[in-house]
Amino acid sequence: MITWRGVLRRFLADPVAIGAGVVLLALVLMAALAPLIAPQNPYDLMQLNIMDSEMPPSWRPGGDDRFLLGTDAQGRGVLSTIMYGTGISLVIGIGAVTVSAVLGITLGLLAGYKGGWIDSFLMRLADIQMSLSTLMIAIIALALFQAAFDANIYAEYAIFMLILIIGIAEWPKFARTVRSSVLGEKGKEYVDAARVIGLPARKVMWGHILPNALTPVLVISTIQVAEAIMTEAALSFLGLGMPTDKPSLGSLIRSGFEFVFSGSTWITFYPALVLIALILALNLLGDWMRDVLNPKLRRGED
Amino acid sequence: MALLEVRDLRVAFPRGKSDEVEALRGVDLTLDKGERLGVVGESGAGKSMLAFAILNLIAEPGRVSAGAITFDGENLLDLPDRKVRRIRGNRISMIFQDPMVTLNPVLTIGTQMIETLKAHRRISDRAAHKLSVEKLKLVAIPSAESRMDAYPHELSGGLRQRVVIAIALLTDPEIIIADEPTTALDVTIQAEIMALILRLCRENHVALILITHDLGVVAEVTQRLMIMYAGKCVETGRTREIIDAPKHPYSAGLLKALPQNAERGQRLYQIPGSMPPITALPAGCPYNPRCPRATDICRAEMPPLEGGVACFHPLTAEEEVTA
Repeated sequence: MITWRGVLRRFLADPVAIGAGVVLLALVLMAALAPLIAPQNPYDLMQLNIMDSEMPPSWRPGGDDRFLLGTDAQGRGVLSTIMYGTGISLVIGIGAVTVSAVLGITLGLLAGYKGGWIDSFLMRLADIQMSLSTLMIAIIALALFQAAFDANIYAEYAIFMLILIIGIAEWPKFARTVRSSVLGEKGKEYVDAARVIGLPARKVMWGHILPNALTPVLVISTIQVAEAIMTEAALSFLGLGMPTDKPSLGSLIRSGFEFVFSGSTWITFYPALVLIALILALNLLGDWMRDVLNPKLRRGED
Repeated sequence: MALLEVRDLRVAFPRGKSDEVEALRGVDLTLDKGERLGVVGESGAGKSMLAFAILNLIAEPGRVSAGAITFDGENLLDLPDRKVRRIRGNRISMIFQDPMVTLNPVLTIGTQMIETLKAHRRISDRAAHKLSVEKLKLVAIPSAESRMDAYPHELSGGLRQRVVIAIALLTDPEIIIADEPTTALDVTIQAEIMALILRLCRENHVALILITHDLGVVAEVTQRLMIMYAGKCVETGRTREIIDAPKHPYSAGLLKALPQNAERGQRLYQIPGSMPPITALPAGCPYNPRCPRATDICRAEMPPLEGGVACFHPLTAEEEVTA
């Protein structure tokens, strides 16, 4: 049986998990508290001064104490933009996973429980969706969106569009995972018992089967957050993601990329470092969770 | 009028594209109010299939291909799913074989009991909780109140089966179908649980269909008996009479195979061979390859169920049980 205390004990016994957990917690705190702790508000144009642009980190010659990690081309402190940008990246990642989890769980549950043509139809739909890369779907949709509306509207709704598009593009992963665990649970007697009690199919699915099929969903959710953040970063890097005045980590990397060859590497380097740390921490935690929650990989400790 | 009447019930499963095999091949059954019926047979005889068919819960791709199941004057096979659900789990409830797997492992006992009540009645959470505790007390679960918050894995097998029985009793059903309710339990617990089921059925005047392969249990609990073989009823009648003087060679064989009927120091009796799979039934009486009394007619024709026995050469009362 998996208990909270057992999970906590396993967590504290695993240095990699602790490391990843600490990094993730630090990044989340940093993002959440950005308005309080950031040295400057990069969204407030009044605080920006073009004379501060492209300053190196403060310990390098020509650096300024106000900007620990230097500034970008618009004179925004890189440290402050990273703090705000991490938050935007996390919101998009978590939002997209919520969308695909809701979609995927509903459709996967339906496909697994009902079977027959519903199952075939939904799974073929998933196959088709999986054969188109997420990035391609997102690029097409965002390019259309960008062309159809003017820049201000785009800037305002870009974050919702990113969440929706990435979320919808990733539903098959959840649907397949849920479907396969539903198929495993469906044959068990407690499901028969629930039906014998006279519960309608809806309640059998959501109340009885889903709670038993949720473990793998938990694992892929973590890894999918990392994936969604990466997708968003890639899109932003291509200029289809968050606009430059509300940068995510990806758009920060992109905005600095133009200056890499002129020697201002810090504008790209530090956001990239944070992005890598964030993705790595999420993936390591996801792997750890898979090991802990998978009874087949557990050594008879608890 | 009988409470439950099953006529010529057939359940078929598809084989290949256009072919079908029958798992139940025309079963008749009547059950009066408060009556206790035993259904006995080897594994694969179709006993559980019969229970699921009565509850209209045959799993895809199987289907009830013919017959009628009349409960309280209504044919369950004709009712829409919504109406069947009002009967299933409410007026007819079921106790399964293995309490380790029939309770949902991630929901507390209380959640599962309250949910059952709320599926059939307009009842407040508090009233449902109170009624559930009452039923837990009825099945003699110690400290019933605190068990409501327990998860199934925190209870022993015997306790869990008591919980399952309590759930079956929640809605005061008229019929309980018990599918080998004690097979998965410890021998010491088996008698206790059986006595509990018997007592509850008697006290509440609930009809019982007891599916089992234990003739000893059947003799103690039931009034009427039905012996099944390969999806058909081969003998039916008063429990006492069948056990004292079986007419069908298969019933006789089952009785002879009981360890308490064996002679000391002798090998236990065993019916030779095994039940044929439903996909490869022999022509004529399905029991003929194992039957010592089989003749040519048995290999050619299916004997009809007449006078409570489906056999061309039934044992007479005077005959020694040698079959």
